Order: sequence, then structure tokens, then C-alpha cells
Amino acid sequence: MTESPRPGAGADVGAGQGAGEVSAAVADAHRREWAFVLAATARVAGDLDLAEECVQDAYAAALTAWTRQGVPNSPGAWLTTAARRRAIDAKRRDRVLRAKLPLLIEPLPPVAASAPPGAGEAEEDEVIPDDRLRLIFTCCHPALAREAQVALTLRLVCGLTTVEIAQAFLVAEPTMAARVTRAKKKISAARIAYRVPAPAELPDRLDAVLTVVHLLYTTGHTAPGGDNLVRADLVDRAIGLARMLRTLMPDEREVAGLLALILLTDARRATRADPQGRLLLLEDQDRSLWDRSVIAEGAALVPWALRGGRPGRFALQAAIAALHAEAPSYAQTDWPQIVALYDALLRVWSSPVVALNRAVAVAMAQGPAAGLAQLGELEAGGRLDAYRYLPAAKADLLRRLGRWEAAARAYRDALALTDNAAEREFLARRLTEVTGPLQRAE
Amino acid sequence: MAEYMILICEDESAYATATPDVLRQVMEAHNRFSEQVAETGGKIIEGRALQPTSTATSIRGDVVTDGPFIETKEAIGGYYLVEARDLDHALQIGKLCPARFGGVEVRPIMVFG
Repeated sequence: MTESPRPGAGADVGAGQGAGEVSAAVADAHRREWAFVLAATARVAGDLDLAEECVQDAYAAALTAWTRQGVPNSPGAWLTTAARRRAIDAKRRDRVLRAKLPLLIEPLPPVAASAPPGAGEAEEDEVIPDDRLRLIFTCCHPALAREAQVALTLRLVCGLTTVEIAQAFLVAEPTMAARVTRAKKKISAARIAYRVPAPAELPDRLDAVLTVVHLLYTTGHTAPGGDNLVRADLVDRAIGLARMLRTLMPDEREVAGLLALILLTDARRATRADPQGRLLLLEDQDRSLWDRSVIAEGAALVPWALRGGRPGRFALQAAIAALHAEAPSYAQTDWPQIVALYDALLRVWSSPVVALNRAVAVAMAQGPAAGLAQLGELEAGGRLDAYRYLPAAKADLLRRLGRWEAAARAYRDALALTDNAAEREFLARRLTEVTGPLQRAE
Repeated sequence: MAEYMILICEDESAYATATPDVLRQVMEAHNRFSEQVAETGGKIIEGRALQPTSTATSIRGDVVTDGPFIETKEAIGGYYLVEARDLDHALQIGKLCPARFGGVEVRPIMVFG
């Protein structure tokens, strides 16, 4: 006898959730939980490639399973369990193949046996460790080139595809794929350990991680080429990473400094270009449109990041950004205080770019001629020869001094070094402004 | 534990013109290095110094030529084969390795099978 369908069997679909709702939940879990799931799976898989494969499979499986059973209360835990089970199976299947290039994992500290007696399989009940810090420190290991650190972080910590990373950095996809593969191979072959560095090496290693996150932010903030000034996806990823680090390392002052710096800079995002997409300088931005809640969040982190011992470079930059963000106008900014902060910054981070920014602040505090003198020293130093903001800053000070001809020359120099369309447009506009008086004089 | 090769790359001319006192300091540094490696929990499996590249003979195909394979200012003048826990440990050892006229390159040894 064949079983006849029960009345209302169609309502079983109701036990699950609509397809749109489920795919949104999976996408959300991808954005929020990828790093957690991959980091915890890497420990079981012992190999980054296998871990990635298993995590991707788990996300694909979630789409079907969650449609049938509903979205679990803790999507991250569900995905991790699924991915780890796949990893264990795969390792059982081809132990020999995977044993060749193992990921180096430190033994776990013994955990007090807390599982209730008679509980199911250990793998089900195991407390999933938060290995995201291990993952990001491995991706940003100093033995990897900076560009490889950036690519690996986006791929493994943020879950971006190689295509997406290639697009973000305007690199051909095969180039980016080769970069990622080479980096992963080095992690295995050279035995870069999957661990958080020991306290003695932590400051240097953390600085590499923060530098990568900051680089992602600045790349998104002013895209190296192309038509849009800001690449919002990269900016959001960088903010997400900075927030993640802040949660995972609440005692690190420079982590707080980086998050503060990014928030305080990003609060001005909407005003950095006019509706036509043209670049607006800090002094021309509509301060009433700055995101006050983001500024408040960033500014609240600054005193904490500065206190106790010599502040780090991110804390000092955040302090400078906070003075800008909280000033009622460009002219009413506390420029002497900003110059003092740049002095402190130069002591911990002797960079010609910092010296350039200091010169701009000096021009505001003491007048354009004083700033120009500082820029002259930098120019003579020769370390900023290809840096587009040096001639741009010089042009601006010359313009303020009414030295039109020299200003026009500097704007042309800056244009020759600039690829970003919005920045080019800005410089070209200024060039027209300063050549105007010249033509009238002729 | 894994094996790493520490290749010492230095400016040969600096050794050619070094005073006996400098050479003695270099020898002492290398002797101290063996002790320091043991203190980190690592082990030197082997370490050798090479004669300068002026004594090298290169063979490409079956053509034999006088001199090193590639002429560079800094050349490999010696090596240590060491045992270390992981790359961080190997780099820690590499930083201790004397190379006052250049630097060192740390390379993992390939494991087959």
C-alpha cells in the first residue's frame, strides 16, 4: 500500500525558511563568521587549502540544510562543526597526501573536562576555540611579502575570492592567484607556525598586522586608480578587521589607536567629494555632514590609546585625526597641538610622509612661508621624489602666498604623478585657478 | 623539529682587507654562535666556511669556466645546517648568526615522501 500524502504535507516547507531569507542568512554568516569558521577549521585540517575547501563546502551545505531545518541559532557554530567534520573525514581519506605539508599547530593547553557524562561525540561538544588571532598573525607573518600578507588576509580572514582581491588591487587575476598560492606554500614549506606570537615578539608582529589593516583602509579610502575616490568594500573590510582585533586584543593600545584612526577618518567619508565626485579638501568639507556618532566612538578610544608609556604611531595619528574631527572649522583647528603631535609621531615613526604632513600643519600654525621652508628641506632630502602629495602640498602653499607661476609648476608636477581621476580633476581645477591670475597679468 | 640552511652572504673584499684583529673577532663570534643556538633549543647539524669565489669553478652544460656562477658583490661564504622548531625559531637563530659584512638567508630544507 502506497502511503498517500498527508493533508497539509506541503506545510512541511514551513518548517524551513524561504529561499531568499536563507541565502541572506548564509551571506550574512559569510561576512560575519568566515574568519572564525576558517580559523577553527584550520586547526583541525592542519592545512590552509584543505580548511578553505571544507569551509566553502560547509557554506554551500548550509544553503540546503538551513532551507530544510531553519537557520540555526548560532550559524557560526553550525558552520564550524560542519567544516571541521569535513576536514576530519578528508584527513582520514587521504592521510598520506595531506601529511606532506602540514600547518604547524601548537598543542592546545589542556582543557578541564567539562563535557557532561554520556554526551555525544567529542567533536560535537568540543568548545570551539577562537583561532582568529592565530589566523591573522599567520597571514601577516613578516617572512611573507607585504602584498602577500594583504592578499592572504583578504582571502583567509575576510573570505574574499581571488577575483575580488585582484579587482580591489587592480592586478590581473592569475597574478593574484599566483601570489596567494606562493604565500600559502611558503607557510607550509618554511613551517610558519599557526600561532599568536609570544609576548617578546608581539609588538613587532602586531605592528605588521595593524599595517596590513591600515593599508587595506587607505587603499579603499583613496583607490590607487579608477574613477571613484573611495572603494567602500575595502574600507568596510578594514573597519571590520580593526573591530575584530579590538575585540580579540582589548589590552593592546595600538589596536585601539588603529580603530580610532580609521573611524575618525572614515566619519568624514561622505564629505570627501562633492556630488559630482570631485575631491574636497579638509578645509572645504561640510563639517555638519560628518558622522558625529562615529567620531564620538573613535575619539573615546584616543585617550586610552595614548595613555601609559610612549604612545605608538597609530595612537598619535588617531589623536591628530580626533583634533581635526572635533574642530569647529579648519581655521579654528588646534594647529600648534597638531604640530606637537606630529613631532611625537616623527620620534616613533621617522617617515618623510609624516614630515610632509607636519609641514602642512606648520603652515597652518605659523603661516605658509614657514611650511614651505619645511617642504624645501623634504624636497632636498629626495626621499619623496615620486610622492604626489609633496608637489600638491607645495603648490597649495605657493598658491596661498600668491606665487602663481611657481604654484602652477608644482600643480603640473603633482598631476604628472597622480592616477586617481578625482584627485587629477582637483589638481587640474586648481591649476586653472592659479594660471588665471597669470594670464590676467600678461 | 625541521631543518633549515642558513646561508651566509657577505662582501668578500671586506674579509680580504680585514685586520687580524677583525678576523679573530669573527672567529670568536662564530664560536659563540654555536653556544647561543643551543641556548635557544636549536641544534647546529653542520657548519662550514667556503674559500672565496676567486677559487670557484662553474660548469654549465659541459663548459667549465673560472669563477662563480653569478658575479655579485656579496657571495655565499659559508653555511650552517640547523635544526629548529619552526620558521620563527630558525629566524631567531639566523639573527644570531654572525655576518658583519652582509647578512644571512634562511631556507627550509625540502622533505621528500
